[in-house]
Amino acid sequence: MTSFDVELTVNGLARRATVEARRTLADFLREDLGLTGTHLGCEHGVCGACTVLVDGEPARSCLMLAVQARGADVRTVEGLAAGGKMNRLQEAMWDSHGFQCGFCTPGFLMQITALLADIPEPSEAEIREALSGNICRCTGYESIVNGVLRAAGATGFLE
Amino acid sequence: MRVGSLTVKPPPFDYSAPDTLEEALFLLGEAGDEARPLAGGQSLVPLLSLRLARPSLLVDLAGITTLRTLGAADGHLALGAMVRERQAERDVRVRRLAPVLADALPLIGHPAIRSRGTIGGSLSHADPAAELPAVALVLEAELVAESRARGRRSIAAANFFTGFFTTELAPDELLTSLRVPSPAPGTGWAVDEVARRHGDFAIVGAAAMVRLDTSTGRIGEARVALAGVGDTPVRLRETERMLDGAEPADGAFADAAEDAAARLSPPADVHGSAAYRRHIAGVLVRRTLKLAAQRAREAA
Ligand SMILES: Cc1cc2nc3c(=O)[nH]c(=O)nc-3n(C[C@H](O)[C@H](O)[C@H](O)COP(=O)(O)OP(=O)(O)OC[C@H]3O[C@@H](n4cnc5c(N)ncnc54)[C@H](O)[C@@H]3O)c2cc1C
Ligand code: FES
Ligand code: FES
Repeated sequence: MTSFDVELTVNGLARRATVEARRTLADFLREDLGLTGTHLGCEHGVCGACTVLVDGEPARSCLMLAVQARGADVRTVEGLAAGGKMNRLQEAMWDSHGFQCGFCTPGFLMQITALLADIPEPSEAEIREALSGNICRCTGYESIVNGVLRAAGATGFLE
Repeated sequence: MRVGSLTVKPPPFDYSAPDTLEEALFLLGEAGDEARPLAGGQSLVPLLSLRLARPSLLVDLAGITTLRTLGAADGHLALGAMVRERQAERDVRVRRLAPVLADALPLIGHPAIRSRGTIGGSLSHADPAAELPAVALVLEAELVAESRARGRRSIAAANFFTGFFTTELAPDELLTSLRVPSPAPGTGWAVDEVARRHGDFAIVGAAAMVRLDTSTGRIGEARVALAGVGDTPVRLRETERMLDGAEPADGAFADAAEDAAARLSPPADVHGSAAYRRHIAGVLVRRTLKLAAQRAREAA
Protein backbone atom coordinates (compact mmCIF):
# COMPACT_ATOMS: atom_id res chain seq x y z
CA MET A 1 0.00 0.00 0.00
CA THR A 2 1.11 3.52 -0.72
CA SER A 3 2.42 5.57 2.19
CA PHE A 4 1.66 9.23 2.65
CA ASP A 5 3.70 12.04 4.12
CA VAL A 6 1.51 13.75 6.66
CA GLU A 7 2.64 17.24 7.62
CA LEU A 8 0.53 19.22 10.04
CA THR A 9 0.73 21.52 13.02
CA VAL A 10 0.11 20.01 16.44
CA ASN A 11 -0.12 22.39 19.39
CA GLY A 12 1.73 25.02 17.41
CA LEU A 13 4.61 22.79 16.30
CA ALA A 14 5.16 21.52 12.75
CA ARG A 15 5.10 17.71 12.83
CA ARG A 16 5.42 15.08 10.13
CA ALA A 17 5.34 11.33 9.72
CA THR A 18 4.88 8.84 6.92
CA VAL A 19 1.88 6.59 7.37
CA GLU A 20 -0.54 4.34 5.54
CA ALA A 21 -3.85 5.87 4.43
CA ARG A 22 -5.72 3.74 6.96
CA ARG A 23 -3.92 5.34 9.92
CA THR A 24 -6.48 7.23 12.00
CA LEU A 25 -5.59 10.67 13.33
CA ALA A 26 -5.91 9.26 16.86
CA ASP A 27 -3.36 6.49 16.21
CA PHE A 28 -1.16 8.99 14.36
CA LEU A 29 -1.09 11.30 17.39
CA ARG A 30 -0.58 8.48 19.87
CA GLU A 31 1.70 6.08 18.01
CA ASP A 32 3.58 8.19 15.49
CA LEU A 33 3.91 11.42 17.46
CA GLY A 34 3.90 9.89 20.95
CA LEU A 35 1.12 12.21 22.12
CA THR A 36 -0.80 9.76 24.29
CA GLY A 37 -2.87 12.43 26.03
CA THR A 38 -5.59 11.84 23.43
CA HIS A 39 -7.47 8.77 24.66
CA LEU A 40 -9.30 6.09 22.71
CA GLY A 41 -12.44 4.55 24.14
CA CYS A 42 -14.94 3.22 21.64
CA GLU A 43 -13.04 3.96 18.42
CA HIS A 44 -16.23 4.50 16.46
CA GLY A 45 -17.31 8.00 17.33
CA VAL A 46 -19.62 7.42 20.27
CA CYS A 47 -17.69 8.18 23.49
CA GLY A 48 -15.87 11.45 22.71
CA ALA A 49 -12.65 10.50 24.57
CA CYS A 50 -10.57 11.12 21.43
CA THR A 51 -11.93 14.63 20.72
CA VAL A 52 -9.29 17.10 19.49
CA LEU A 53 -9.54 20.47 17.76
CA VAL A 54 -8.95 20.51 14.01
CA ASP A 55 -8.67 24.05 12.65
CA GLY A 56 -10.47 25.23 15.76
CA GLU A 57 -13.45 22.85 15.46
CA PRO A 58 -13.96 19.82 17.70
CA ALA A 59 -13.48 16.51 15.88
CA ARG A 60 -13.33 12.82 16.76
CA SER A 61 -9.73 11.83 16.05
CA CYS A 62 -10.87 8.18 15.77
CA LEU A 63 -13.14 9.17 12.86
CA MET A 64 -10.50 11.06 10.88
CA LEU A 65 -7.69 9.62 8.87
CA ALA A 66 -4.29 11.21 9.40
CA VAL A 67 -4.14 11.91 5.65
CA GLN A 68 -7.30 14.01 5.99
CA ALA A 69 -5.48 16.23 8.50
CA ARG A 70 -2.63 17.15 6.15
CA GLY A 71 -1.96 20.88 6.52
CA ALA A 72 -4.39 21.18 9.44
CA ASP A 73 -3.88 22.94 12.74
CA VAL A 74 -4.54 20.31 15.42
CA ARG A 75 -4.78 20.96 19.13
CA THR A 76 -4.68 18.21 21.72
CA VAL A 77 -4.88 18.17 25.50
CA GLU A 78 -1.07 18.40 25.67
CA GLY A 79 -1.38 21.92 24.22
CA LEU A 80 -3.53 23.35 27.00
CA ALA A 81 -0.97 23.89 29.76
CA ALA A 82 1.77 26.44 29.07
CA GLY A 83 5.22 26.21 30.64
CA GLY A 84 4.05 23.46 33.01
CA LYS A 85 1.21 25.62 34.29
CA MET A 86 -2.38 24.53 33.83
CA ASN A 87 -4.67 26.93 31.99
CA ARG A 88 -7.80 28.48 33.43
CA LEU A 89 -10.06 25.64 32.28
CA GLN A 90 -7.77 22.98 33.71
CA GLU A 91 -7.57 24.86 37.04
CA ALA A 92 -11.35 25.20 37.15
CA MET A 93 -11.87 21.49 36.43
CA TRP A 94 -9.34 20.65 39.13
CA ASP A 95 -11.08 22.93 41.64
CA SER A 96 -14.48 21.41 40.79
CA HIS A 97 -13.24 17.79 40.96
CA GLY A 98 -14.24 17.53 37.30
CA PHE A 99 -12.53 14.19 36.83
CA GLN A 100 -11.99 10.96 38.73
CA CYS A 101 -10.19 8.28 36.72
CA GLY A 102 -9.45 10.90 34.07
CA PHE A 103 -9.98 8.65 31.07
CA CYS A 104 -12.64 10.89 29.55
CA THR A 105 -10.91 14.13 30.59
CA PRO A 106 -8.85 14.94 27.46
CA GLY A 107 -11.94 14.70 25.25
CA PHE A 108 -14.02 16.79 27.64
CA LEU A 109 -11.31 19.47 27.91
CA MET A 110 -11.03 19.84 24.15
CA GLN A 111 -14.81 19.87 23.63
CA ILE A 112 -15.16 22.48 26.41
CA THR A 113 -12.35 24.55 24.86
CA ALA A 114 -14.34 24.62 21.62
CA LEU A 115 -17.53 25.51 23.48
CA LEU A 116 -15.95 28.42 25.37
CA ALA A 117 -14.42 29.77 22.15
CA ASP A 118 -17.91 29.74 20.65
CA ILE A 119 -19.93 30.84 23.70
CA PRO A 120 -17.69 32.45 26.39
CA GLU A 121 -20.45 32.43 29.03
CA PRO A 122 -22.59 29.38 28.30
CA SER A 123 -25.74 28.55 30.25
CA GLU A 124 -25.97 25.21 32.01
CA ALA A 125 -28.29 23.98 29.24
CA GLU A 126 -25.78 25.02 26.57
CA ILE A 127 -23.01 23.23 28.45
CA ARG A 128 -25.02 20.02 28.74
CA GLU A 129 -25.92 20.19 25.05
CA ALA A 130 -22.31 20.76 23.99
CA LEU A 131 -21.07 17.90 26.18
CA SER A 132 -23.82 15.45 25.20
CA GLY A 133 -21.41 13.53 22.98
CA ASN A 134 -18.81 12.91 25.68
CA ILE A 135 -19.30 9.97 27.99
CA CYS A 136 -17.96 9.86 31.56
CA ARG A 137 -18.42 6.69 33.58
CA CYS A 138 -17.22 8.14 36.90
CA THR A 139 -18.37 11.62 37.79
CA GLY A 140 -22.08 11.71 36.98
CA TYR A 141 -21.31 14.91 35.03
CA GLU A 142 -22.34 17.41 37.76
CA SER A 143 -18.75 18.24 38.68
CA ILE A 144 -17.81 18.58 35.01
CA VAL A 145 -20.65 21.04 34.34
CA ASN A 146 -19.61 22.91 37.49
CA GLY A 147 -16.05 23.08 36.23
CA VAL A 148 -17.19 24.65 32.96
CA LEU A 149 -19.31 27.21 34.82
CA ARG A 150 -16.34 28.02 37.04
CA ALA A 151 -13.98 28.36 34.06
CA ALA A 152 -16.48 30.69 32.38
CA GLY A 153 -16.48 32.91 35.46
CA ALA A 154 -20.10 32.13 36.33
CA THR A 155 -21.24 32.56 39.92
CA GLY A 156 -23.95 29.90 40.05
CA PHE A 157 -21.75 26.80 40.32
CA LEU A 158 -21.81 24.63 43.42
CA GLU A 159 -18.77 24.93 45.67
CA MET B 1 7.83 -3.33 12.54
CA ARG B 2 6.75 -0.99 15.27
CA VAL B 3 4.33 -2.38 17.80
CA GLY B 4 2.16 0.65 17.07
CA SER B 5 1.46 -0.61 13.58
CA LEU B 6 -0.44 -3.55 15.04
CA THR B 7 -3.12 -1.24 16.32
CA VAL B 8 -4.62 -0.42 12.91
CA LYS B 9 -8.32 -0.99 12.68
CA PRO B 10 -9.38 -0.45 9.05
CA PRO B 11 -8.32 -2.83 6.28
CA PRO B 12 -5.73 -1.36 3.89
CA PHE B 13 -6.91 0.94 1.11
CA ASP B 14 -5.49 3.49 -1.24
CA TYR B 15 -6.33 7.17 -0.93
CA SER B 16 -6.61 10.04 -3.33
CA ALA B 17 -7.56 13.66 -2.69
CA PRO B 18 -8.34 15.29 -6.04
CA ASP B 19 -8.72 19.09 -6.36
CA THR B 20 -11.45 19.00 -8.99
CA LEU B 21 -14.79 17.28 -9.51
CA GLU B 22 -13.64 16.07 -12.96
CA GLU B 23 -10.67 14.27 -11.42
CA ALA B 24 -12.83 12.70 -8.70
CA LEU B 25 -15.37 11.49 -11.27
CA PHE B 26 -12.55 10.08 -13.37
CA LEU B 27 -11.15 8.12 -10.42
CA LEU B 28 -14.59 6.76 -9.51
CA GLY B 29 -15.30 5.90 -13.15
CA GLU B 30 -12.04 3.93 -13.45
CA ALA B 31 -12.36 2.06 -10.16
CA GLY B 32 -16.03 1.11 -10.38
CA ASP B 33 -17.55 -0.14 -7.15
CA GLU B 34 -14.10 -0.83 -5.63
CA ALA B 35 -13.85 2.88 -4.77
CA ARG B 36 -15.82 4.92 -2.25
CA PRO B 37 -16.13 8.67 -1.93
CA LEU B 38 -15.02 10.02 1.46
CA ALA B 39 -16.87 13.09 2.71
CA GLY B 40 -16.84 13.82 6.47
CA GLY B 41 -16.06 10.21 7.33
CA GLN B 42 -18.48 10.22 10.26
CA SER B 43 -20.31 7.18 8.89
CA LEU B 44 -17.70 5.72 6.55
CA VAL B 45 -14.72 5.62 8.95
CA PRO B 46 -16.66 3.60 11.58
CA LEU B 47 -17.69 1.18 8.80
CA LEU B 48 -14.01 0.84 7.83
CA SER B 49 -12.85 0.40 11.42
CA LEU B 50 -15.46 -2.30 12.00
CA ARG B 51 -14.44 -3.75 8.61
CA LEU B 52 -18.01 -3.61 7.38
CA ALA B 53 -16.73 -1.77 4.30
CA ARG B 54 -13.59 -2.79 2.36
CA PRO B 55 -13.06 -0.36 -0.49
CA SER B 56 -9.76 -0.50 -2.37
CA LEU B 57 -9.68 3.27 -2.85
CA LEU B 58 -11.07 6.25 -0.95
CA VAL B 59 -11.64 9.39 -3.02
CA ASP B 60 -11.55 12.27 -0.53
CA LEU B 61 -13.87 15.07 -1.66
CA ALA B 62 -12.62 17.65 0.87
CA GLY B 63 -10.25 19.39 -1.57
CA ILE B 64 -12.92 20.10 -4.19
CA THR B 65 -13.81 23.71 -3.46
CA THR B 66 -16.80 23.76 -5.84
CA LEU B 67 -18.55 21.21 -3.59
CA ARG B 68 -18.29 23.55 -0.61
CA THR B 69 -20.37 26.43 -1.90
CA LEU B 70 -23.56 27.55 -0.21
CA GLY B 71 -25.76 30.20 -1.76
CA ALA B 72 -29.20 31.37 -2.83
CA ALA B 73 -30.00 31.98 -6.49
CA ASP B 74 -32.92 31.66 -8.94
CA GLY B 75 -35.47 30.81 -6.26
CA HIS B 76 -33.34 28.05 -4.71
CA LEU B 77 -31.01 27.60 -1.81
CA ALA B 78 -28.12 25.47 -3.06
CA LEU B 79 -25.90 23.58 -0.64
CA GLY B 80 -22.79 21.91 -2.03
CA ALA B 81 -22.43 18.25 -1.01
CA MET B 82 -19.32 19.05 1.05
CA VAL B 83 -20.93 21.79 3.14
CA ARG B 84 -20.40 20.65 6.75
CA GLU B 85 -23.49 20.13 8.87
CA ARG B 86 -22.17 22.59 11.46
CA GLN B 87 -21.53 25.26 8.80
CA ALA B 88 -25.07 24.93 7.41
CA GLU B 89 -26.58 25.04 10.88
CA ARG B 90 -24.90 28.39 11.54
CA ASP B 91 -25.71 29.96 8.15
CA VAL B 92 -28.29 32.76 8.14
CA ARG B 93 -29.44 31.94 4.60
CA VAL B 94 -30.29 28.38 5.65
CA ARG B 95 -32.19 29.73 8.67
CA ARG B 96 -34.15 32.16 6.48
CA LEU B 97 -34.80 30.05 3.36
CA ALA B 98 -34.99 26.54 4.82
CA PRO B 99 -35.86 26.89 8.51
CA VAL B 100 -36.79 23.21 8.81
CA LEU B 101 -33.28 22.28 7.69
CA ALA B 102 -31.76 24.72 10.17
CA ASP B 103 -33.86 23.17 12.94
CA ALA B 104 -33.05 19.58 11.89
CA LEU B 105 -29.26 19.96 11.73
CA PRO B 106 -28.66 20.40 15.49
CA LEU B 107 -30.56 17.13 16.06
CA ILE B 108 -27.76 15.24 14.27
CA GLY B 109 -25.29 13.60 16.64
CA HIS B 110 -23.07 16.00 18.56
CA PRO B 111 -21.11 19.18 17.72
CA ALA B 112 -17.91 17.23 17.06
CA ILE B 113 -19.78 14.95 14.61
CA ARG B 114 -21.40 17.87 12.80
CA SER B 115 -18.16 19.82 12.43
CA ARG B 116 -16.94 17.01 10.13
CA GLY B 117 -20.16 15.47 8.77
CA THR B 118 -21.50 16.85 5.50
CA ILE B 119 -24.91 17.45 3.92
CA GLY B 120 -24.00 15.25 0.96
CA GLY B 121 -22.60 12.47 3.15
CA SER B 122 -25.73 12.26 5.24
CA LEU B 123 -28.02 12.15 2.19
CA SER B 124 -25.84 9.63 0.32
CA HIS B 125 -25.50 7.40 3.37
CA ALA B 126 -29.34 7.26 3.51
CA ASP B 127 -29.71 5.96 7.03
CA PRO B 128 -33.48 5.42 7.38
CA ALA B 129 -33.37 6.99 10.86
CA ALA B 130 -31.40 10.07 9.75
CA GLU B 131 -32.97 13.52 9.85
CA LEU B 132 -31.82 15.04 6.56
CA PRO B 133 -33.38 12.49 4.17
CA ALA B 134 -36.84 13.04 5.73
CA VAL B 135 -36.29 16.80 5.65
CA ALA B 136 -35.28 16.61 1.96
CA LEU B 137 -38.60 14.87 1.25
CA VAL B 138 -40.66 17.49 3.02
CA LEU B 139 -38.74 20.30 1.32
CA GLU B 140 -39.32 18.65 -2.10
CA ALA B 141 -35.62 19.25 -2.65
CA GLU B 142 -33.66 18.25 -5.73
CA LEU B 143 -30.45 16.28 -5.48
CA VAL B 144 -27.95 17.02 -8.21
CA ALA B 145 -25.67 14.14 -9.18
CA GLU B 146 -22.83 13.83 -11.65
CA SER B 147 -20.82 11.02 -13.21
CA ARG B 148 -18.31 10.83 -16.03
CA ALA B 149 -20.38 8.27 -17.95
CA ARG B 150 -23.78 9.97 -17.75
CA GLY B 151 -23.03 13.61 -16.98
CA ARG B 152 -25.19 15.66 -14.67
CA ARG B 153 -28.74 14.84 -13.61
CA SER B 154 -31.21 16.16 -11.08
CA ILE B 155 -33.08 13.67 -8.90
CA ALA B 156 -36.19 14.62 -6.92
CA ALA B 157 -35.81 13.71 -3.25
CA ALA B 158 -38.93 11.55 -3.65
CA ASN B 159 -36.99 9.29 -6.07
CA PHE B 160 -33.58 9.42 -4.37
CA PHE B 161 -33.97 7.08 -1.38
CA THR B 162 -34.56 3.66 -2.91
CA GLY B 163 -33.97 1.25 -0.01
CA PHE B 164 -32.21 0.48 3.24
CA PHE B 165 -29.01 2.60 3.12
CA THR B 166 -29.49 2.67 -0.66
CA THR B 167 -29.95 5.57 -3.05
CA GLU B 168 -30.47 6.20 -6.72
CA LEU B 169 -26.74 7.08 -7.06
CA ALA B 170 -24.61 4.73 -9.17
CA PRO B 171 -21.21 3.66 -7.76
CA ASP B 172 -19.37 6.01 -10.14
CA GLU B 173 -21.70 8.93 -9.41
CA LEU B 174 -21.32 11.76 -6.91
CA LEU B 175 -23.97 13.82 -5.24
CA THR B 176 -22.83 17.38 -5.90
CA SER B 177 -25.52 19.57 -4.34
CA LEU B 178 -28.87 19.82 -2.63
CA ARG B 179 -31.27 22.37 -4.12
CA VAL B 180 -34.09 23.61 -1.92
CA PRO B 181 -36.91 25.63 -3.52
CA SER B 182 -37.74 28.87 -1.68
CA PRO B 183 -40.85 28.49 0.46
CA ALA B 184 -44.14 29.96 -0.75
CA PRO B 185 -45.56 32.84 1.33
CA GLY B 186 -47.63 31.70 4.31
CA THR B 187 -45.77 28.45 4.94
CA GLY B 188 -44.70 27.13 8.31
CA TRP B 189 -42.33 24.26 9.03
CA ALA B 190 -41.50 22.01 11.96
CA VAL B 191 -39.26 19.07 12.82
CA ASP B 192 -39.29 16.93 15.95
CA GLU B 193 -38.01 13.55 17.07
CA VAL B 194 -37.89 11.08 19.89
CA ALA B 195 -34.44 9.69 20.69
CA ARG B 196 -33.17 7.81 23.72
CA ARG B 197 -30.63 10.53 24.48
CA HIS B 198 -29.91 13.89 22.93
CA GLY B 199 -27.75 13.32 19.86
CA ASP B 200 -28.68 9.69 19.32
CA PHE B 201 -30.28 8.65 16.06
CA ALA B 202 -34.03 9.18 16.26
CA ILE B 203 -36.26 6.26 17.17
CA VAL B 204 -38.80 8.15 15.08
CA GLY B 205 -38.47 11.62 13.58
CA ALA B 206 -40.98 13.81 11.72
CA ALA B 207 -40.81 16.90 9.52
CA ALA B 208 -43.87 18.84 8.39
CA MET B 209 -44.92 21.82 6.31
CA VAL B 210 -48.25 23.62 6.33
CA ARG B 211 -49.25 26.38 3.90
CA LEU B 212 -52.34 28.32 4.78
CA ASP B 213 -54.58 29.75 2.08
CA THR B 214 -54.19 33.48 2.63
CA SER B 215 -57.83 34.29 1.79
CA THR B 216 -59.65 31.48 3.64
CA GLY B 217 -57.15 30.67 6.39
CA ARG B 218 -57.67 26.98 5.59
CA ILE B 219 -54.91 24.52 4.78
CA GLY B 220 -53.72 25.08 1.21
CA GLU B 221 -51.07 22.38 1.34
CA ALA B 222 -49.66 20.08 4.01
CA ARG B 223 -46.62 17.82 3.83
CA VAL B 224 -45.27 15.36 6.37
CA ALA B 225 -42.37 12.89 6.27
CA LEU B 226 -41.03 10.42 8.82
CA ALA B 227 -37.66 8.89 9.68
CA GLY B 228 -37.17 5.62 11.53
CA VAL B 229 -40.36 3.88 10.43
CA GLY B 230 -39.12 1.77 7.49
CA ASP B 231 -36.27 1.02 5.11
CA THR B 232 -36.35 4.56 3.74
CA PRO B 233 -37.68 7.92 4.91
CA VAL B 234 -41.44 7.99 4.24
CA ARG B 235 -43.62 10.79 2.86
CA LEU B 236 -47.25 10.43 3.97
CA ARG B 237 -49.09 11.60 0.86
CA GLU B 238 -52.50 10.07 1.69
CA THR B 239 -52.46 11.64 5.12
CA GLU B 240 -51.50 14.97 3.56
CA ARG B 241 -54.48 14.82 1.20
CA MET B 242 -56.87 14.45 4.14
CA LEU B 243 -55.76 17.92 5.23
CA ASP B 244 -56.40 19.69 1.92
CA GLY B 245 -58.82 22.54 2.57
CA ALA B 246 -59.24 21.59 6.23
CA GLU B 247 -59.44 24.02 9.11
CA PRO B 248 -55.95 24.08 10.73
CA ALA B 249 -57.35 22.96 14.09
CA ASP B 250 -56.40 20.25 16.60
CA GLY B 251 -59.14 17.91 15.37
CA ALA B 252 -57.77 17.76 11.83
CA PHE B 253 -54.23 17.13 13.06
CA ALA B 254 -55.38 14.40 15.44
CA ASP B 255 -57.24 12.67 12.57
CA ALA B 256 -54.15 12.98 10.39
CA ALA B 257 -52.00 11.49 13.15
CA GLU B 258 -54.35 8.54 13.55
CA ASP B 259 -54.42 7.96 9.81
CA ALA B 260 -50.62 8.15 9.58
CA ALA B 261 -50.04 5.71 12.44
CA ALA B 262 -52.49 3.20 10.94
CA ARG B 263 -50.62 3.19 7.61
CA LEU B 264 -47.19 2.37 9.05
CA SER B 265 -45.56 -0.97 9.66
CA PRO B 266 -42.41 0.19 11.43
CA PRO B 267 -39.51 -2.07 12.42
CA ALA B 268 -39.00 -3.38 15.94
CA ASP B 269 -35.62 -3.41 17.69
CA VAL B 270 -34.07 -2.95 21.13
CA HIS B 271 -35.06 0.72 21.13
CA GLY B 272 -38.76 0.12 20.60
CA SER B 273 -41.43 -2.28 19.43
CA ALA B 274 -43.36 -1.69 16.21
CA ALA B 275 -46.39 -0.62 18.24
CA TYR B 276 -44.31 1.90 20.20
CA ARG B 277 -42.87 3.37 17.01
CA ARG B 278 -46.33 3.58 15.44
CA HIS B 279 -47.60 5.42 18.51
CA ILE B 280 -44.65 7.84 18.53
CA ALA B 281 -45.05 8.45 14.80
CA GLY B 282 -48.68 9.50 15.36
CA VAL B 283 -47.72 11.83 18.19
CA LEU B 284 -44.96 13.44 16.13
CA VAL B 285 -47.18 13.85 13.06
CA ARG B 286 -49.73 15.69 15.19
CA ARG B 287 -47.13 17.87 16.94
CA THR B 288 -45.19 18.87 13.85
CA LEU B 289 -48.32 19.66 11.81
CA LYS B 290 -49.73 21.75 14.63
CA LEU B 291 -46.48 23.68 15.11
CA ALA B 292 -46.06 24.16 11.35
CA ALA B 293 -49.61 25.56 11.12
CA GLN B 294 -48.95 27.91 14.02
CA ARG B 295 -45.78 29.16 12.33
CA ALA B 296 -47.64 29.56 9.02
CA ARG B 297 -50.16 31.75 10.81
CA GLU B 298 -47.34 33.83 12.32
CA ALA B 299 -45.66 34.13 8.91
CA ALA B 300 -48.85 35.31 7.21
C1 LIG C 1 -21.75 9.22 17.23
C2 LIG C 1 -22.49 9.55 15.96
C3 LIG C 1 -23.80 9.99 16.02
C4 LIG C 1 -24.49 10.29 14.86
N1 LIG C 1 -25.78 10.69 14.97
C5 LIG C 1 -26.48 10.98 13.86
C6 LIG C 1 -27.84 11.39 13.92
O1 LIG C 1 -28.42 11.52 15.01
N2 LIG C 1 -28.49 11.64 12.76
C7 LIG C 1 -27.88 11.52 11.54
O2 LIG C 1 -28.50 11.77 10.53
N3 LIG C 1 -26.60 11.15 11.44
C8 LIG C 1 -25.89 10.88 12.56
N4 LIG C 1 -24.58 10.49 12.45
C9 LIG C 1 -23.99 10.38 11.09
C10 LIG C 1 -23.51 11.73 10.60
O3 LIG C 1 -24.59 12.58 10.28
C11 LIG C 1 -22.67 11.57 9.34
O4 LIG C 1 -21.92 12.73 9.24
C12 LIG C 1 -23.39 11.38 8.04
O5 LIG C 1 -24.33 10.36 8.07
C13 LIG C 1 -22.41 11.03 6.93
O6 LIG C 1 -21.83 12.18 6.49
P1 LIG C 1 -20.28 12.25 6.23
O7 LIG C 1 -20.05 13.53 5.53
O8 LIG C 1 -19.54 12.01 7.46
O9 LIG C 1 -20.10 11.08 5.15
P2 LIG C 1 -19.08 9.84 5.05
O10 LIG C 1 -19.07 9.07 6.30
O11 LIG C 1 -17.78 10.33 4.52
O12 LIG C 1 -19.81 9.04 3.90
C14 LIG C 1 -21.01 8.33 4.13
C15 LIG C 1 -21.38 7.52 2.88
O13 LIG C 1 -21.81 8.37 1.83
C16 LIG C 1 -20.95 8.27 0.69
N5 LIG C 1 -20.79 9.64 0.19
C17 LIG C 1 -20.38 10.71 0.91
N6 LIG C 1 -20.45 11.84 0.17
C18 LIG C 1 -20.90 11.47 -1.06
C19 LIG C 1 -21.21 12.19 -2.25
N7 LIG C 1 -21.04 13.53 -2.33
N8 LIG C 1 -21.67 11.50 -3.31
C20 LIG C 1 -21.86 10.16 -3.23
N9 LIG C 1 -21.60 9.43 -2.13
C21 LIG C 1 -21.12 10.07 -1.05
C22 LIG C 1 -19.68 7.63 1.20
O14 LIG C 1 -19.02 6.91 0.20
C23 LIG C 1 -20.21 6.73 2.29
O15 LIG C 1 -20.71 5.54 1.75
C24 LIG C 1 -23.85 10.18 13.59
C25 LIG C 1 -22.52 9.75 13.52
C26 LIG C 1 -21.83 9.42 14.68
C27 LIG C 1 -20.42 8.95 14.58
S1 FES D 1 -12.69 6.84 20.77
FE1 FES D 1 -13.31 8.33 19.35
S2 FES D 1 -15.32 8.74 19.99
FE2 FES D 1 -14.80 7.06 21.25
S1 FES E 1 -13.51 10.54 35.08
FE1 FES E 1 -13.55 8.42 34.70
S2 FES E 1 -14.63 8.33 32.81
FE2 FES E 1 -14.79 10.39 33.33
